[in-house]
Amino acid sequence: MKRIISLLMENEPGALSRVIGLFSQRGYNIETLTVAPTEDSTLSRLTLTTMGDDHKIEQITKHLNRLVDVVKLVDLTEGSHIERELMMIKVRATGSQRAEVKRCVDIFRGSIIDVTASVYTIQITGPTDKLNAFFQAVGEASILEVVRSGVTGIARGEKVLSL
Amino acid sequence: MEKLSGGDILIRSLADEGVECLFGYPGGAALHIYDAIFRQQRVKHILVRHEQAATHAADGYARSTGRTGVVLVTSGPGATNAITGIATAYMDSIPMVVISGQVASERIGEDAFQETDMVGISRPIVKHSFLVKDQRDIAETVKKAFYIASTGRPGPVVIDIPKDITNPVDKFDYAYPDKVKLRSYTPALRGHTGQIKKAVQLLLTARRPVIYAGGGVVQGNASPQLTELAKMLNFPVTNTLMGLGAYPGTDRQFLGMLGMHGMVEANTAMHHADVILAVGARFDDRVTNTPNKFCPSAKIIHIDIDPASISKTVPADVPIVGPVDTVLDEMLELVKAAKERPDRKAIDSWWKEIEEWRSRHGIILNPNYDVDSDMMKPQEVVRALFEATGGDAYVCSDVGQHQMFSAQYYQFDKPRRWINSGGLGTMGFGLPAAMGVQIAHRDAVVACVTGEGSIQMCIQELSTCTQYSLPIKIICINNQALGMVKQWQDMQYDSRYSESLYEDSLPDFVKLMEAYGHVGMRVTKRSELKAKLAECFAMKDKCVFMDIYVDPKEHVYPMQVAPNGSMRDMWLSKTERT
Repeated sequence: MKRIISLLMENEPGALSRVIGLFSQRGYNIETLTVAPTEDSTLSRLTLTTMGDDHKIEQITKHLNRLVDVVKLVDLTEGSHIERELMMIKVRATGSQRAEVKRCVDIFRGSIIDVTASVYTIQITGPTDKLNAFFQAVGEASILEVVRSGVTGIARGEKVLSL
Repeated sequence: MEKLSGGDILIRSLADEGVECLFGYPGGAALHIYDAIFRQQRVKHILVRHEQAATHAADGYARSTGRTGVVLVTSGPGATNAITGIATAYMDSIPMVVISGQVASERIGEDAFQETDMVGISRPIVKHSFLVKDQRDIAETVKKAFYIASTGRPGPVVIDIPKDITNPVDKFDYAYPDKVKLRSYTPALRGHTGQIKKAVQLLLTARRPVIYAGGGVVQGNASPQLTELAKMLNFPVTNTLMGLGAYPGTDRQFLGMLGMHGMVEANTAMHHADVILAVGARFDDRVTNTPNKFCPSAKIIHIDIDPASISKTVPADVPIVGPVDTVLDEMLELVKAAKERPDRKAIDSWWKEIEEWRSRHGIILNPNYDVDSDMMKPQEVVRALFEATGGDAYVCSDVGQHQMFSAQYYQFDKPRRWINSGGLGTMGFGLPAAMGVQIAHRDAVVACVTGEGSIQMCIQELSTCTQYSLPIKIICINNQALGMVKQWQDMQYDSRYSESLYEDSLPDFVKLMEAYGHVGMRVTKRSELKAKLAECFAMKDKCVFMDIYVDPKEHVYPMQVAPNGSMRDMWLSKTERT
């Protein structure tokens, strides 16, 4: 099962490598990873997705919590949450395809952010399965390049991850 | 405020932290620090002969005193040589601070001479690490490093210091902080009261209980509490390899070590237990044998300071995260206050069963080796050592058969007397660890039980023993082979001794000792053993090496059947099984 683990860590050199090192050291997988400073410049927010059963996720969260740089941690998938991923995608768009792709982008509430005579650069945000669905809708044959930010997320309601 | 250079700040911080001695080896990137050492008297430096030995010596110092061991090495090869010892300390949760010199800040990343990414290389085997970038951070970094290394589940911490940060020219204000706070590091100070109550309830209704205590009880200074609780409840106790001495080894309630080479009575009692109180132990694969066959009918209470150790391999029914001493204190109070006691009849009949296993298979009562054989047996050497030292020596072991024989046959009555590399199993650990112990306890009897294989992995330290007049007694159980490797080759590879024999290449250890200015003795006959041991330990101010030739065919038994065995499935000898 896919899990989204989100954590606050010291915004210091070495902190990220400790988190990533833990995964390779203990044989866990990281599927996606995003990290950036927060409004408090001494803290970074890191969100990662990984696969595993409850036992494995418990071990991962315990070991992450054990890292001196990790200040607070939450498994977002334990409660109701919002997840988003940003994708930029270059698609071949010529002739009749141009209108078709444009329609598809509208349906997925994406936007075309750059245009040439033969290529659209499209931006789409949403949960991972929505982005995957867009691949199918647009037709994999016309995809030239894909870049995805990896999953980031936040808990619904009044729950906050802060110090 | 006093102004000091970075090198002076570092050494002064160590002194103000209460460090008496550090173990190290100089080199280019550490020379400013070494010059700072030269300028002061408070911190003593012990010069080893290889950086691996510095870490093991600091480790032995830490294990025998409970204080944090300190290491100082240079960059590059100095740092990488220290890695084995850092990993050894990490696996056994030993408090240690390792200071490594680094190339100058502006050279980092340029593949400079003797540059290595110490923070990167050591990352998976340290509790935490620091790269110091400013002289003004040195004192606080040292304070943090000692705090992290010695609290919670202890472990090694690396401080990597570029050479320019310790230069003697630039001076900075010095003040050593009284305390330090880390928002992201807050080890538990006590256990959850509700969980402790639940645990006590379970203990009071147990009919076939076993207390399984590990190295955490030694590290957490909880032996008195553990002993009191066991006595109060009349429960049997077994210790892990790391926990030996946590409960008195000669006490009636002690079942001996458990696990792969554990006692039949300990492993069988574990298998049949209905309640297991695990204290400061981590259900290591060398203890549990096949995890899903582990103790099928037991409810498990697990006390540990490290939440990640709980339910890692074996799920705990009552997990308690906290320091073992305060948790056991609370348990003791609850047991004292409770009106009920465990069912006397049930406990008596449980003891009857255990005594039955013990009288049949207990190797202290009935040695499982041939006492009349032509050749001396390694087990009887350990027994003779136990008698010669009155059971009160610090025994530092290397790794292999001799380690298991020592764990089985030397009955440790006190914690911190049994010093061995349990988790990592580092050959070469014994002699340098013994140096650290002897430096911490100048007048104590310190024995290094080793084999002719292990001792050669750090034998250069005989020179350090000369320099500091360390009267370590090296008991080399010489079976002329890598005994444990050979045992596995006997049992699982049809006795194909692939690279486990030396073919007459062993040095003359007696002459070697004499070359270093020590005393060497060779023992080949059983009839000489006791007298020679007495002679050895009578030489109070000499480092003595006893090269004791034993039966090379001897195996360590009991030995759990693996793979797919349960706790109680054991080989008792080459031909008998439980």
